[in-house]
Amino acid sequence: MDDTLFEFLHSEVVNYVVEGNNILNKDNKDEDLSNLEYIGFSVGYKIIERLTREMARFKDELDMMKFVCTDFWSAIYKKQIDNLRTNHQGVYVLQDNGFKFLTKMSNGKQYLELAPRYVAFTCGIIRGSLANLGVNCLVTAEVQNMPACKFHIQVQRT
Amino acid sequence: MSRASTRFDTKKVNSELVTLTYGSLVAQMIKDIENPDDVNKQLERLGYNMGIRLVEDFLAKTSSGRCLDLKDTADKIQSAFRMYLGVQPNVANWSPAGDEFSFILDSNPLTDLVELPEDLKSLRYCNIICGAIRGALEMVQLDIQSWIVQDQLKGDSNTEIRVKFIRKLEDAIPVGEE
Repeated sequence: MDDTLFEFLHSEVVNYVVEGNNILNKDNKDEDLSNLEYIGFSVGYKIIERLTREMARFKDELDMMKFVCTDFWSAIYKKQIDNLRTNHQGVYVLQDNGFKFLTKMSNGKQYLELAPRYVAFTCGIIRGSLANLGVNCLVTAEVQNMPACKFHIQVQRT
Repeated sequence: MSRASTRFDTKKVNSELVTLTYGSLVAQMIKDIENPDDVNKQLERLGYNMGIRLVEDFLAKTSSGRCLDLKDTADKIQSAFRMYLGVQPNVANWSPAGDEFSFILDSNPLTDLVELPEDLKSLRYCNIICGAIRGALEMVQLDIQSWIVQDQLKGDSNTEIRVKFIRKLEDAIPVGEE
């Protein structure tokens, strides 16, 4: 199956959530992308369960992150994460230098403020997949230069 | 650029990704909109938006030419099904006038992991496909109507999507450009 369909479906999901926002709160400047993140969450939660079904248990959290950066990312975005950093205290930064949903947009600053719309779903995917593996975390994204994107994962330990 | 290798079957993952994303979207819509009829409309519109873009992608990838008749069009859509959904529907049930036909799908990846609860029997889950066909054909100057006749989610043995030709759209030439 062609992955164009996933790309187009993703833009429609973004459109749907953004349009709904416009109707609900016209004046609110900060866009509420939580529904978009939640749709991603449920996709991530389910897909990782299907992918890891036959796999051996992960050694530790870092092992899990490595899996997300390599096999998992390749399966979904057709490339690996370019850089993984961690402070070994539950903070991980995943950098994708050519994030799939941003590569079709201008590299300049023109659409930079719209970038959060196109990364929210993926923040959800990461949070959902890690949740399924038993790791609760917060995931945010940072876009400074399109089409690069940094996903910040903060593991919640309680 | 890093390697794109993966230990998973990419085609299968792609297909599941679409199925799950669409499923989560529909679930969200039902939460937002409540009235299934409005959800149906929204799904059709969403498909329409995708169809508009898909037809371009299809033409670019297949370099297929102009269709001679509706039969030809049906065959092209059939191959688009195979390309994007990975299934090949049968084209059947032509009307005597030759202006209406059906796509019959034995299996539908879109509904692979889906079950409809009792209270959502009026939801037309696959309306996105009808919308996509309408959007795609509108871009090649064909005005059609499309709807679901049989639905595996409602216990039918296969899924049947009906397409009815309405009219050819003429290019609207802006005033003074003739």
